Amino acid sequence: MKESIGERIFAKTNFILLLVIGLVSLFPFYYVVIVSFAHPDEFIRSSFILFPKKFSLAAYQYILSTDIFVNSIGVSAYLAIVGTLLSLVVSAAYAYMISRKRLFGRRFLTISLLITILFSPGIIPNYLLIKDLGLINSLWSIILPGLLSGWNVLLLKTFFDSIPDSLEESAYIDGANDLRIFFRIILPLSLPAMAAFGLFFAVGYWNTFFNAILYLTDYHKYPLQVLLQGMLLQAETSIADPGVAAQQASEHAIPADTIKMAAVVIATVPILMVYPFLQRHFAKGVMLGSVKG
Amino acid sequence: MNARLWMLLKRDRYLYLLGLPGIAALLLFKYVPMWGILIAFQDYSPFLGFMKSKWVGFEHFQFFFQNPDFFKLFRNTLAINIMSLVFFFPVPIILSLMLNEIRQLAFKRTIQSIVYLPHFLSWVIISGLTFTFFATGEGFVNKLLLTYGFTPVEWLTTPSFFWAFLTGQSIWKEAGWGTVIFLAAITGVDTQLYEAAKIDGATRLRQIWNITIPSIRNVIVILLILKLGHIMDVGFEQVFLLQNSAVSEVADVFDTYVYRVGIKQSQFSYTTAVGLFKSVIGFALVIISNKLSKKFGGDGFF
Repeated sequence: MKESIGERIFAKTNFILLLVIGLVSLFPFYYVVIVSFAHPDEFIRSSFILFPKKFSLAAYQYILSTDIFVNSIGVSAYLAIVGTLLSLVVSAAYAYMISRKRLFGRRFLTISLLITILFSPGIIPNYLLIKDLGLINSLWSIILPGLLSGWNVLLLKTFFDSIPDSLEESAYIDGANDLRIFFRIILPLSLPAMAAFGLFFAVGYWNTFFNAILYLTDYHKYPLQVLLQGMLLQAETSIADPGVAAQQASEHAIPADTIKMAAVVIATVPILMVYPFLQRHFAKGVMLGSVKG
Repeated sequence: MNARLWMLLKRDRYLYLLGLPGIAALLLFKYVPMWGILIAFQDYSPFLGFMKSKWVGFEHFQFFFQNPDFFKLFRNTLAINIMSLVFFFPVPIILSLMLNEIRQLAFKRTIQSIVYLPHFLSWVIISGLTFTFFATGEGFVNKLLLTYGFTPVEWLTTPSFFWAFLTGQSIWKEAGWGTVIFLAAITGVDTQLYEAAKIDGATRLRQIWNITIPSIRNVIVILLILKLGHIMDVGFEQVFLLQNSAVSEVADVFDTYVYRVGIKQSQFSYTTAVGLFKSVIGFALVIISNKLSKKFGGDGFF
């Protein structure tokens, strides 16, 4: 059937609108990258840059030579790796346990989890617990409370529900116990789902901010986001000691904005690197749970 | 303990062993703090500890309800959520409908990948971007205005703009990601319906209006109801990172208040009461909205 003029106008308008939406979504990324590579001379001279002529790596060199910044990347990477591995194993194991229908107390263990989704005691009781446990200023204060999040465990449980029982039964006949079945059969079999959840946990730990400002006081332990907050949202570029940083920056004649944007790029690159994997697996992962959410 | 139960426990001992770290984490980090709520009814002093602190009943709650802050926090929370409901909620739906009408698969995929992207950025970065673009002196938008002879605007320090900025941030960050669920629902629509409509001469707009939207209405209603259940929640990070002293009157919400007064000024008992008030209302709303969602033929989420 031939498309009418109205149809064609509709299709064209829709196409153009989506193109504009895409550009609006993308423009901040573009601008940040451009400014981060901008040559100081050009940046200072012109009011705003859209198409730079001269590039410079000065901002990146400056940031990556700053101990406290490199240190905070290390902290965030540590949180992302250790936190993700532990969360994944603990969450998946709990989810697997409550997905086995024969288990005595299964309902109780599921409802106990559900309650934590519905009701949270609030910021202060959590803070006092971390304080009483002596975890203030320890990176465990970020990792341990995040080990088991209700939503993720429920999503994982839905996933394990779909694994046929016959698989388990044949393993029993071969003499395997539940531990062996879980680590040797179920986890390897669930690798795509584990990758999806793992990446999702990793993004969560990498983006940790609130818990970090609550529980960490020593700036040597600041994850990237806390350091970024200081740099991006306060008037001066402050890396640890604002005075020193500003002085160093002016000596190198790198505009504060350029340094800020380079920091944003460095903080975003790891996410952009895992993004293709995230997109492939996680859209499915979300759908898996959205049936119930 | 009877023999049969013992046998069941013994048979599945490795399953329990698997779940043990999770059970421990659940108990320690989710249930122990629930006991901590009791300090809302005490004059808790860190030096005396939980056991020796004085019990005061509902004093902190009374104080809070009579406090002008209460009205302010309630108004701000409600206003921010209503803005989000009116301006944010429809965006992913419209965006999904638009994406669904695109026939060029490569273009559709590209746009999808781009609009998903901001979802994975932290609020710190989103706020940083907001500052980069809207800061009074050196922000991109003001530089642009200045270049073309307009007067710069104090975007981020004008209270009447603040809620709009929060909503705008949410739209930029989450609207694209929000399409995942609607696009999936649209995929489930029977294509024969469209074929039949085409034969009857229905235009594409007509097909959207009479087939696509009614087909995903259930998903829309359920998500709307669930959102109503969270009307007391405003993300701490988003508000905390965007606020400044000029807009504090419209920017303070329950969680930022608890953080500022509780953690920074060590008023533990009072702010535990504030937090508890918020949690209880939130809990009730979630339960009610879940009931409603089931009533509308949805799954609910428990």
